[in-house]
Amino acid sequence: MAKKIQKPRKINGFAIRFMPYSEIKNLTSTERIKKILEIAFENYILILQGRLRPEEETRLIEDTMAMIGHVKSFKGIELAVISSDDQTGAIDRIKNRIVMSLSGGDIGAVTIIGPASVVKEIKRDPKKIELMLNK
Amino acid sequence: MAIKVVTSFFRRIFSGVFQNKKEIKLGFYGPPNAGKTSLANRICKDFTGEEIGSVSKIPHETREVQFKEKVEISYKGKSMTFKMVDTPGIATKVDYEEFLKYKVNTKDAKIRAKEATQGIIESIKWLDDMDVVVVVLDATENPYNQVNITLIGNLVARKIPILIVANKSDLRKANTKKIEEAFPEYKVIGISAKYGKNFEEFYEEIFKISKRSK
Repeated sequence: MAKKIQKPRKINGFAIRFMPYSEIKNLTSTERIKKILEIAFENYILILQGRLRPEEETRLIEDTMAMIGHVKSFKGIELAVISSDDQTGAIDRIKNRIVMSLSGGDIGAVTIIGPASVVKEIKRDPKKIELMLNK
Repeated sequence: MAIKVVTSFFRRIFSGVFQNKKEIKLGFYGPPNAGKTSLANRICKDFTGEEIGSVSKIPHETREVQFKEKVEISYKGKSMTFKMVDTPGIATKVDYEEFLKYKVNTKDAKIRAKEATQGIIESIKWLDDMDVVVVVLDATENPYNQVNITLIGNLVARKIPILIVANKSDLRKANTKKIEEAFPEYKVIGISAKYGKNFEEFYEEIFKISKRSK
């Protein structure tokens, strides 16, 4: 008997947008967060070169919460940062910080932000990162 | 001039003597359902006889910051007074449909979701006021969650002493070691808030980090 070939499941409507750090480098915190959230409202998964400052990350969470219920079908975001700082020793970390202060940010890092309606979960462990999408 | 020098000298001496009598703001932070209120309840019950808030299996049970003032914790002959601040769990998304799984009706689920989003904002606003923070993580969950990393990064940026607690260590799936590996720069203590497991080490560490607070 011939084996039934299963068709891969189709995922409806998701798109990825890449953003170099230069696009946010000279923006204020408010402008950075506004720009990121506007991309999430458009249902894009954003892959950003670099990372936000710690206080900007919490501000992003605060503004995300404030927008739930105000933007149609917006339930929040999924967020993950892969930093060059994560798995290095103390000396490498100091070197990274010097490079960071010279370049104006942690450009070795990658930030992934997706709307919760599209990205179900970002599974992360030290060695890999997986995006689980909503069907 | 001489009087000023003498009074400032005595003020410094006496403030040093009575430093431990100051009320230290001890915050309980972490993702939803990690056991922040269970832990705060156990401490409050042990030292005041009263609990701080209600606990539930439904996420976002704590949707407002809750306090208990003048909680005097005595351990091995030492004593410190704390203002306990139990905060709503921090998350990057809140979906009312999640609550429907727990047999909450749609209307209540929507109200709960709205209150939860406000609670998260309130939690973050309170970060600046903390002297010491206990980051409560669920030892059965993956610790490499961005909320945990963001929270700890913010506490470090604010120079607030941190103690990481791996709660629910009584459960078979609990993996305290994984939390230690995820945050190697911090002290991690495996506890069970539900059964009061390993609280000696917890209090010991609370006293230690509280001395480092501003």
